[in-house]
Amino acid sequence: MKKELGKCSLMMLVVTAIFSILASVAWAQDYPTKGVSYVIPFGPGGESDITARHQQPFFKKLFGQDLIISYKPGGGGAVGWAQLNKMKGDGYNIIGINLPHIIIKPQQKDVGFKTDDITGVYMFHYTPDAICVNKDSEFKTLADLVEFAKSNPGKVTFSGSGKGTANHLAQLRFDKMAGVKTTYVAFKGTGKAVAALLGKQVKAEWGYTSVGAKHEDKVRMLAVAMEKRHPKFPDVPTFKELGFDLVSGAYRGIAVPKSTPEPIRQQLSNMIGEINADPEFRAKMENDGMALLDVDYAGYKAFIQKMSDIYLEAAREAKIIK
Amino acid sequence: MPGIEYILAALTPFNIFLAITGVIAGTVIGSLPGLTATMAVAVLVPITFSMEPSSALIMMGAIYTGAIYGGAYAAILLNTPGTPSAIATTFDGFPMAKRGEGDLAVSIACIASVTGGLVGAAFLLMLSPPLAKVALAFGPVEYFWLAIFGLTLISALSEGNLLKGLIGACFGLLLACVGIAEISADVRFTFGSQVLLGGIETVSALIGLYCIPVLIDLVATPDKHLKVTHQSRGFRFLEALALSWKAKFSLIRSSVIGTLVGILPGAGGSIAGLVSYSEARRTSKQSENFGKGEPEGIMATESANNATVGGGFIPTLVLGIPGTPPDAVILGALLIQGVKTGPSLFTEGGSIVYTFIYGLFLATILMLPVGLVIGRYAYRTIITVPKAMLVPTVAFMTVIGTYAIRNSISDIIIMILLGVVGWILNRFGFSPSPIVLGLILGRIAEQGFVQAWTIGAATEELGKMFFGRPISLVIIAFILISLFYPVIRARLPKLTLFRGKNNE
Repeated sequence: MKKELGKCSLMMLVVTAIFSILASVAWAQDYPTKGVSYVIPFGPGGESDITARHQQPFFKKLFGQDLIISYKPGGGGAVGWAQLNKMKGDGYNIIGINLPHIIIKPQQKDVGFKTDDITGVYMFHYTPDAICVNKDSEFKTLADLVEFAKSNPGKVTFSGSGKGTANHLAQLRFDKMAGVKTTYVAFKGTGKAVAALLGKQVKAEWGYTSVGAKHEDKVRMLAVAMEKRHPKFPDVPTFKELGFDLVSGAYRGIAVPKSTPEPIRQQLSNMIGEINADPEFRAKMENDGMALLDVDYAGYKAFIQKMSDIYLEAAREAKIIK
Repeated sequence: MPGIEYILAALTPFNIFLAITGVIAGTVIGSLPGLTATMAVAVLVPITFSMEPSSALIMMGAIYTGAIYGGAYAAILLNTPGTPSAIATTFDGFPMAKRGEGDLAVSIACIASVTGGLVGAAFLLMLSPPLAKVALAFGPVEYFWLAIFGLTLISALSEGNLLKGLIGACFGLLLACVGIAEISADVRFTFGSQVLLGGIETVSALIGLYCIPVLIDLVATPDKHLKVTHQSRGFRFLEALALSWKAKFSLIRSSVIGTLVGILPGAGGSIAGLVSYSEARRTSKQSENFGKGEPEGIMATESANNATVGGGFIPTLVLGIPGTPPDAVILGALLIQGVKTGPSLFTEGGSIVYTFIYGLFLATILMLPVGLVIGRYAYRTIITVPKAMLVPTVAFMTVIGTYAIRNSISDIIIMILLGVVGWILNRFGFSPSPIVLGLILGRIAEQGFVQAWTIGAATEELGKMFFGRPISLVIIAFILISLFYPVIRARLPKLTLFRGKNNE
């Protein structure tokens, strides 16, 4: 009896050993075998949260595991990103990343992480910047606004979400391109910036296409910062069409801790790409005013480099950073 | 006026089930310091994906309203506001519990919460589209003055000790500056530490400043936590009801204030509670009892903070702009379900909205029995559990609760440090409330001021910006009344007598 038990446990040991070796080899193929924790470095209810919530059911549908969303807000995302590389790099910890935040913040001060510390595996969408005005505004077109701004320097007031953010950098870049001076008023989050616009506290808003989608009945977009017109707003011109080379917005993606093995990074990249390719997902995102983007793991570094050059130049000129 | 079919739609067995479980879960979650209504609703979002939009809304609304009420337990029984909405509940709730009337205080809080919730829901049902305009009429400068109005409460709270109150408030204002500034993105007072980048989290500061000193005192003194004068007097429901009836005008006024403040996207339950508390105190016949365990004080806060639930839904549903943080989560969930908010939701999408509003009524009414029973249970537990168990359990809860807010270990350290500082300051006669008011209102005041100044300077109308807008002027008038009322009343004793007679 005793002997048998010994034999049995020996067998168990061997089996376990084989399994664990197999597991480490076949790791990437089996991934994911349990729920994946998805940290959003902002509070619940914001756009980063909502887009993650959009991904959630598709992750479950395509890969059979849960995407578990939790929040680690603070310091405009800095608190979460500063802790990213301390998390376990087994593929079950991923975090949402946002541009321009991860580029601008580390340049302003030591915020506990550098842009290069972040291992992005996919940038999956962006919310294009857009100039929004009230439906009854005197500005019918972008030309109206530019003309007014030219003769009244500083008097066009824009609400927008935060400083050193997509909205703010778009305002800085646009002012330079158009040769005008406008005033940017930072609000805490897009919701409050929209409220300031609708309440006519400001003349216009540097918002997003999602603002136009959500407040269709009250807001008119003068132009959107996209390569091509947004499918949901075929009548709204792009800045490019009007002669301003402005393509920008709040870019969102997913990053993993530095210790995450290469095959897992690649696989995660493919998985997010698969969700992005789902027609139902695309339709939902576009209906909310988002624009989909497919920058995978291989293209991430080059993308960040390109965006850094643009953002840092604008931020430096505006003296947001040194 | 929306018809009976929506009432029936709200009253399906499934919806009733959702409302009951929602209220129970919300009340329990809200009673644990650190677990907030926002979090409770956020956790539920994935579950609601598979439901009808109106059922999902009913469930989230029930949790939300339950959590706001649940915050009163910790405030009354442990002197710890479970959510910022319940700060002013501690002023009179804890003194009442101390003198052995915790059961009465909990029942009063329940009745007040239900009243406030019903008033808020009634406004939501009948006046949503016009009231949503209020949310838009409030610009940065109005928020600035509103925050200043909240700060004037310090003078009332620290009567006879104004200097200490002001020092405490300044300390709070300094704490509010720590971290990356919300709108200017400047990094302030972090002393090079990454831990402080995220700033001092309000709820963890609340837990530290209010709860830790209570725990230290419990350990340091041989007294019982709460005095128990009479064993098991039931719910003391009729007594609570009679007191509420006596203060019915105050109760309704507080509910209306709560609804109106709830509509403002930048304000929230904490300001609603504080403003209605200060108004109740100013107009009450027993104003000198406020802060010493006056039931009317609890009624003012608890009715106001539950009224913000209905109030907050007004801009959320009409404008698509969340009135309060939990509303932001609910709005996100609706967006994912493909429900479009806006005035058209009240006309074309009527079935969803009106079914939800009646569901909110249902949940609020259910809160009466549920709240009384859970409140009774909470009270019994706190008074019967021996101190040797109470202290570690509560200490454990404060740590877990603080961590849960934003999954941060450093918040726990900050919470404990603030707790020790708070305890020491208490020895020297500084109370935590001015510090907390400074911390919460400082941020709102700063943002409003910077935004108003930027806009005013750009349009070259700075003076008009701050002193030329009608709503601002009304708030400024209230600030002056609130600041100088004690002086005026002291100078004119006859006036109070006269008022007293009139009210009889």
